Amino acid sequence: MSDDLRDLYQDLILDHGKSPRNFRVIEGANHEALGHNPLCGDKINLYASIDDAGVIRDVSFQGTGCAISVASASMMTEMLKGKTLQEAEKLFEYLHASCTGKNADEAGLDEDAVDRIKALSGVRDYPVRVKCATLAWHTLQAALKDKKNVSTE
Amino acid sequence: MTYDVETYRKDFPALAQEIHGHPLAYLDTAASALKPRAVIDAMSRFLERDYANIHRGVHELSQRSTDMYEAVRPMIRDFISAGREEEIVFTHGATDAANLVAQAWGRTFLKTGDEIVITALEHHANIVPWQLLREQIGIVLRVVPVTPEGEVRIEDVKAALSDRTRLVAFAHVSNVLGTILPAKEIAALAHDAGALVFVDGAQSISHLPVDVRDIDADFFVFSGHKIYGPTGIGALYAKQKILESMPPYQGGGDMIASVTFEKTTFKDPPFRFEAGTPPIAEVVGLGAALRYVSEIGMDNIAAHEDEILRYATEALSGIEGVRIVGTAKNKSGIVSFIMEHAHPHDIGTVLDRSGVAIRAGHHCAQPLMEHLGLTATARASFGLYTNKADIDALAAAVRKVREIFG
Repeated sequence: MSDDLRDLYQDLILDHGKSPRNFRVIEGANHEALGHNPLCGDKINLYASIDDAGVIRDVSFQGTGCAISVASASMMTEMLKGKTLQEAEKLFEYLHASCTGKNADEAGLDEDAVDRIKALSGVRDYPVRVKCATLAWHTLQAALKDKKNVSTE
Repeated sequence: MTYDVETYRKDFPALAQEIHGHPLAYLDTAASALKPRAVIDAMSRFLERDYANIHRGVHELSQRSTDMYEAVRPMIRDFISAGREEEIVFTHGATDAANLVAQAWGRTFLKTGDEIVITALEHHANIVPWQLLREQIGIVLRVVPVTPEGEVRIEDVKAALSDRTRLVAFAHVSNVLGTILPAKEIAALAHDAGALVFVDGAQSISHLPVDVRDIDADFFVFSGHKIYGPTGIGALYAKQKILESMPPYQGGGDMIASVTFEKTTFKDPPFRFEAGTPPIAEVVGLGAALRYVSEIGMDNIAAHEDEILRYATEALSGIEGVRIVGTAKNKSGIVSFIMEHAHPHDIGTVLDRSGVAIRAGHHCAQPLMEHLGLTATARASFGLYTNKADIDALAAAVRKVREIFG
């Protein structure tokens, strides 16, 4: 595989793409949303249980999509469990910056999460694939606002 | 005559480039065809020397532009074997032409409860205009199913017809599966049922010799950019009697006989349907494209593409984990496929890095995808310039996908 493809399809991405974590419905989730990328037909249902203190107790997803969107959703669910909504927002800002080639400030962020996001940031060289990497995160934002549907178009 | 694809390839400047360090293998002709030098030159020469507005000038340039513009109408007539040039209406493309038929014909002649029959493999452009009509006047849309191989069976068409059927609208060639529909048989059934026939020729126009009178189509639409011409121009063919019965689609300049504030009278078809200044250079470009493919010969192009289709089908079938979607007996110019462990979008990205351009997604045919139980396919589509090296590059890149995704 050429090096730039290896940058995009790192082992971590391929692994999560093939065997997504938290790929399930949360019964009684207090937040959920459907995310959709009409360009390629990617669809994900996102579920989250958030307690009164604003801590994400559980987060999961189901759906179909390319390796990038599934891996991104899968890694997101892993890195957000136990985080506060504010921490989640900061991570999304960091992910957005890294995936679009902007200066990304990782100060104060969870190291493990930063590593995962770095693995995903190979999409910065593939502009049409950035939406694949951010779909789950946009859907999460919609779920937090209890907006039912979100589209990346 | 032997078909010299390498000579024709030299006519397409875009093919002489590398993409990500590999020779471009352009396998996305079904989305839009590349442009030959003949079209590019005809348009720039026209814009440099001859361009002015048409149908209204007393001056030399306006006359030249009008002549060059109007010369394309009989070319289209001959290209699709229509009877009269008055039956050819310039539109912005196949989509625009479908909307013209839905609004000018459908809204005038259809009543609540009337039925339009389409098939499950239609492009959104042959679904949504009829759905708009459904919202406007309450027509009923009936859908003929497609077999798992991607064929439309005559008996299923028959079953969808009723005494309320007013129009049967279908793709001549499927843009996703490449299936060639039995247009003539469907048209005969539709006419027996008292319905008119609308043929979406967006995919067939560049792959098959088209004879609208042999099919006995009442309406036939296509886009210029699919047949090596520019975007923004296409045509509607409709039988003269039908065109004459239809009111204007849009109002404006150039489509009127006379205007007062009390009453406006309209020109006869086709001008009645061509309001406003048209894309003049694009019409000239379309003319150049039709001349170019006619010189090669549509029969020759069809035979060449059939050979490429066979070669590609064989090449992809030989790769483990690849499944071809759409295995109709009668196919033209398209191979859709899916892979066991790789999503079409990822296939598209990996192929692109090898210089192989394909389309990945639902191909503006979401209902067909649902019908086949898929969310997306990867689609390689061919043109008159496709050679076996393109297909070898495709197969090699698909093997690379296997290496990455297993």
